[in-house]
Amino acid sequence: MKNKILPFSVIIIFGIIFLIFYKGLEDSKIYTPDVTTKKKIPVFNTKEFFSGENVKSSNIFELDKVYLLNIWSSWCVPCRQEHPLLMSLNLENKLNIIGMNYKDNLKNAENFLKELGNPYKEIFIDLDGTIAIEWGAYGVPESFLIYNNEIIKKYIGPLNQELVDEINLLIK
Amino acid sequence: MKFLKFFLIVIILFPLSSINAEENDKRNKITKNLRCLICQGQSVYDSDSEFANSLKIVVDKKLQEGLSEDQIYEYFKIKYGEWILYDPGLNKNTYILWLLPILIFLIGGAIIYKSFIVKK
Repeated sequence: MKNKILPFSVIIIFGIIFLIFYKGLEDSKIYTPDVTTKKKIPVFNTKEFFSGENVKSSNIFELDKVYLLNIWSSWCVPCRQEHPLLMSLNLENKLNIIGMNYKDNLKNAENFLKELGNPYKEIFIDLDGTIAIEWGAYGVPESFLIYNNEIIKKYIGPLNQELVDEINLLIK
Repeated sequence: MKFLKFFLIVIILFPLSSINAEENDKRNKITKNLRCLICQGQSVYDSDSEFANSLKIVVDKKLQEGLSEDQIYEYFKIKYGEWILYDPGLNKNTYILWLLPILIFLIGGAIIYKSFIVKK
């Protein structure tokens, strides 16, 4: 009896460890944030980009309208890449693009818009990055597709043509 | 008189600084248990990235609002998911992590007991 328990339990322990490691093999090694869950948009107070007036988030986002919130900054190189796509999205006029200026120098940001154009219907500023945290954002650039005050989809990193096509499909 | 003034200043300053230190300790403890999601293998406390710096400000704000440590963790869990916590809670995804060491300890203990102590 004594002799049987030892090998038996060793086999069981190795079996369990094998199973766990085998399960682990199938999991993705790269952390992929959840981008599809529907979440209510956060409530916050901020300042308007051009006028510097206080604005409430509830005044920016209305029900029954589709919004694309784009977090951008003049110091962010990928933002420069995606900017022409935002310009063309704005021309199609199907959704309202809102800009969140992230940790930026306002003068540089204004020059950025002068140089590349302004696709945003409204821009508000996030000087210390805390509003971006409220949104659950990771950095710049990042875009949120919003309908009825709910985040429908989140795009981390710069937009590309493929993602723009996807947005167009989603808002049809 | 001078001594009295000095004494008063010490009395006034001392408790304030100790309160401050306590809050700092709490903040450090919380930020050490938050993962900097855009860094590799760094906590928010260790990192100096834009993301981590903003997160530190938010932790400060939440502490000032009077939220407890657990409430702050809960807040970030809702925003970013379980992954942001270094110390995950016990749930259906993590039960193996929590129970396996106990299981191995018990089985190992049983083997040792069977093969060494009972032998005597």
